[in-house]
Amino acid sequence: MQLDEKKRNEAYNRYVKSRIPKTKPWPSLFNSFWVGGLICCLGQGINDLILLWFPNMAEQNAWAYTLIVLIFIASFLTGIGVYDKIGKFAGGGSIVPITGFSNSITSSALEFKHEGVIYGICVKMFNIAGPVIVTGIVASIVVGIIYLFV
Amino acid sequence: MKANQTVKFKNKPIIIGSYSIVGPKEGKGSFGPYFNYVVNDDSFGEDSYEKAEKKMLISSIVGAIEDAKIKPNDVNLLLAGDLLNQIISSSYAARNFNFAYLGVFGACSTMAESMAIGASLVDGGQFETVVCATGSHFSTAERQFRFPLELGNQRPPTSQWTVTGAGACVLSLKGRGPRISMATFGKVIDFGVKDVNDMGAVMAPAIDIIGLCGMILPRISNTKI
Repeated sequence: MQLDEKKRNEAYNRYVKSRIPKTKPWPSLFNSFWVGGLICCLGQGINDLILLWFPNMAEQNAWAYTLIVLIFIASFLTGIGVYDKIGKFAGGGSIVPITGFSNSITSSALEFKHEGVIYGICVKMFNIAGPVIVTGIVASIVVGIIYLFV
Repeated sequence: MKANQTVKFKNKPIIIGSYSIVGPKEGKGSFGPYFNYVVNDDSFGEDSYEKAEKKMLISSIVGAIEDAKIKPNDVNLLLAGDLLNQIISSSYAARNFNFAYLGVFGACSTMAESMAIGASLVDGGQFETVVCATGSHFSTAERQFRFPLELGNQRPPTSQWTVTGAGACVLSLKGRGPRISMATFGKVIDFGVKDVNDMGAVMAPAIDIIGLCGMILPRISNTKI
């Protein structure tokens, strides 16, 4: 009985897999490539402009300001309802750069603002970005420990 | 498999009134002209989508009672459900009415479930007039089960759209309208589909387990499932 059920489920899942529509990899890869590249170029442009306007600034500080500007732009576009359309079109291209991170936090904050400032925005803001941050910190700890002994 | 899930109604309860409200996207679909009311703005003038869902439920219940040409005091019982935690939209909608309330949850089948239960109660003579209602909202369901609306993610081709809308109907033994003569109460059928973005494949086996097994699993269709 149990074996039959397992067999039945496997057969059904095979059947489903053979029938479901699939996303075409090449067009979506192309879109994510050029949109992601455009965001990177934009970042580089902002960085160059900051260095042009403030020639005395250290390069590392300029990087930080570039990130702040990119985060602001993505946050703003999320707020006016544009970024999700970009994301739908570009997929990974707009998720992988820091703008995607900004979008995930802003969209969660927007979504839960009705539940109040503390229990809504503050609690749910890192709903999606939280696991990424935790993974990043854990990975950096592991790498740090390895670095300590090597 | 014994057919003991299906019940026959002796008195055949009558659907004496009904009302439906849908969101803008549903209104543009091929069933658009058949809905009683299409909302232009999916927040329905409320400040949150949950409140909009509740308001749609209230409006559809009021609309169904009006359509049945009865007084709200004639209603004995409300059977309602939705998709949210603790079926909160239905419970909050029921606060506004002065009749008994029974919450039902059947996800996509809530409407059919509430009508099957309602027909049983009316047929058995326990209640004279029962209102069955169901509501859901795309934005509240997305928030509860999936991602924030403004998140820039891609939906796979198999992902579904939760309906923004609410519907209600009034069941009674007196009046005119279509009759409910039988109802089949379903079992939970799990074929082990694990993709959360493919609800169709999850739900399909429940519809016709015998036919489906015959179609894709001819070899084990003889065994008892």
